[in-house]
Amino acid sequence: MPIPFNFRLTEFPEEAEVLRIEVREFLSTALADVPKETRAETWYGADEGFSRKVGERGWIGLSWPTEFGGAGRSAMERYVMLEEMLTAGAPVGAHWIADRQSGPLIIRYGTPEQQEKILPGILKGKTYFCIGMSEPDSGSDLAALRTKAEKKGDKYIVNGTKLWTSGAQRCQYMIALFRTSKEEDRHGGLSQFIVDLTLPGVTIRPIIDLAGRHHFNEVVFEDVEVSETMLVGKEGNGWNQVTAELALERSGPERYLSSYALLQELVKEFSERNDNEGVTEIGRQMAHLTTLRQMSVSVAGMLNDGDNPALEASVVKDLGAVFEQDLPNIANRLIELEPDNKGNDFQKYLAILTQISPSFSLRGGTREILRGIIARGLGLR
Amino acid sequence: MSNETSQLLSDTAEKLFSDHVTKNCIEEAEKGIWPDTLWNEVVDNGLNLILVPEDLGGVGGTWMNAGILFKASGRYQAPIPLAENIVAAFILSLGNISSPEGALLTLLEGAFVSENGLVSGTSPRVPFSSNSSHGVLLFEENNDLKVGLVELDKNNIEENNNIALESRGNIVLNNIKPLESNIIDCDPELIHKIGALMRSNQMAGALESILEQSVRYANERIQFGRPIGKFQAIQQDLAVLSTHVAASSVAADYASFCMDKGDPDFAIAVAKSRIDDAISIGAGIAHQVHGAIGFTYEHGLHFATRRLWSWRSEFGTGSEWSKIIGQKAISNGAEKFWPSITSGNLDI
Repeated sequence: MPIPFNFRLTEFPEEAEVLRIEVREFLSTALADVPKETRAETWYGADEGFSRKVGERGWIGLSWPTEFGGAGRSAMERYVMLEEMLTAGAPVGAHWIADRQSGPLIIRYGTPEQQEKILPGILKGKTYFCIGMSEPDSGSDLAALRTKAEKKGDKYIVNGTKLWTSGAQRCQYMIALFRTSKEEDRHGGLSQFIVDLTLPGVTIRPIIDLAGRHHFNEVVFEDVEVSETMLVGKEGNGWNQVTAELALERSGPERYLSSYALLQELVKEFSERNDNEGVTEIGRQMAHLTTLRQMSVSVAGMLNDGDNPALEASVVKDLGAVFEQDLPNIANRLIELEPDNKGNDFQKYLAILTQISPSFSLRGGTREILRGIIARGLGLR
Repeated sequence: MSNETSQLLSDTAEKLFSDHVTKNCIEEAEKGIWPDTLWNEVVDNGLNLILVPEDLGGVGGTWMNAGILFKASGRYQAPIPLAENIVAAFILSLGNISSPEGALLTLLEGAFVSENGLVSGTSPRVPFSSNSSHGVLLFEENNDLKVGLVELDKNNIEENNNIALESRGNIVLNNIKPLESNIIDCDPELIHKIGALMRSNQMAGALESILEQSVRYANERIQFGRPIGKFQAIQQDLAVLSTHVAASSVAADYASFCMDKGDPDFAIAVAKSRIDDAISIGAGIAHQVHGAIGFTYEHGLHFATRRLWSWRSEFGTGSEWSKIIGQKAISNGAEKFWPSITSGNLDI
């Protein structure tokens, strides 16, 4: 059995490097007032004012086709813009999901009416999306989901509960996966909808995470009437549409840069100390980071070329999460400072990242699920 | 680099190694028997001259091309100094020197000095010292850096092996007149750096081998009534191994790629450091999956793992290269940390 991965190296085109300089210049002023706590959260940190500024620069929908209002630039350019935002700690969380996956989904499967109604707001950094997949009894086993959308006239009546919905409290819409019919095949009978979260019968309840942040939500649907015009793609094709979406979700720079701020703070701490173990460890982590970046860029290149690097994307996400989760522990081992929200920058970053790091190998596909996908690729399942 | 050249090289190496690098061939080599047929095939195909420019009788390939051969030699654990000969011939070519017909070259890394045209110095743990006819070295003469070719004298070699039973003797040159030498404009650490690049690629190849062997074994070995590869515990471990194999391959490619671009220092250090970690995790998993049989001399897994455990220490350990990266990153300061990653260069 030959090795089933093919990570061919990809180089950024020249225009991407030009864009990199523009983004760095923009961030040097746009981030001046953003507090460290928000910066540490990268794409979980949200600032609607910042999102609108990014929209004004034309950097939301950067790689969408121009006919949909996008900038029509390559996925490689978008990658550079994202990695610069993330490493600078830009609070991109508000528009992140809409830009990364909801917009592209609507471009690919949406009706012209949906596209006209929704895409302009996303591009301006004003319309935000959350993802309605997980449910109380449907986590890793996504196909077990039970929230029903029953056709009645020109509407669907939705009943059920979505859970762990990130950022729902500030989103206008959810891309939701509902069960539209009972099928023998458990992957059949699922459909995607755009749900306006202000509709009667929708209740959004906060779930406070262990770090005390309001990030997650429970979203309850009670006889919510969703117009049939809000169905995305074909009824019953939801599973296929969702799995295509996941490849976009699993290999981007956000999958290994979550703890980047802490690594940079470590470098700062060590510039004031004389510590051989720390020096070697920083070099080691830099080697991991550089390699992960080449792998992730390689996947971006394959996506840009129209290939389907689903397996490679899982490899990047798994390794990326290990890297991101190791960093708070390494920092703790090397520097004798306690995580402290009121301490110095290093202590603040350590406090936040230590607490949120367990989520890195849960969100977007758990470690065990990803490794199962890889094992299948290896011919073991 | 054209894809066609790469494919051709890859096919040639695969065919040649799968035909000739048998288990018996490696075992014989470990007893000190030189694999004559294998080496002659390699030379007949010109693989050892992949990096030598065409006007010096070589193939004029790229480092990405050479990487394919380095990796293949590691994947098959070919008991010959193909990688060393590719690099040695390349370094000679920088000084406009052709490798002598029929010579078996090795790399002499160390501090060599020349006085009145006679070179002295010591090179520890020289790859394939007992098999090689000539050594390639860099030395200083009147403040010039020169590349030289010397004939090796068995009397000046203190033989030793690495734990993969590849010959690694210490070579002492005492007032030796090089057969040829020339002033060269290159990094004085060139042998050390390219050595690390070459070993990184070979290790990436050997890691692919242990993954392939482990997956095959897990699909064949039956316990509790089914192949052990059907158990999730084994699947998860092999998935982890494969992620490190993939990372190693990318790290090695990135180093070759940067070598072609003429700015390899950072990428080489990254590769040697990253792959070192992959070995710590990967070799352990491969042996765990193989159980007791993989711990025997009879089973071939150790041909790859013993090489990995040897090669990781050669041309700078993972820690040494990590330290070099860390020192530069810290002296550059936090503000330059990310820009140095995006530019692939720590001297920014």
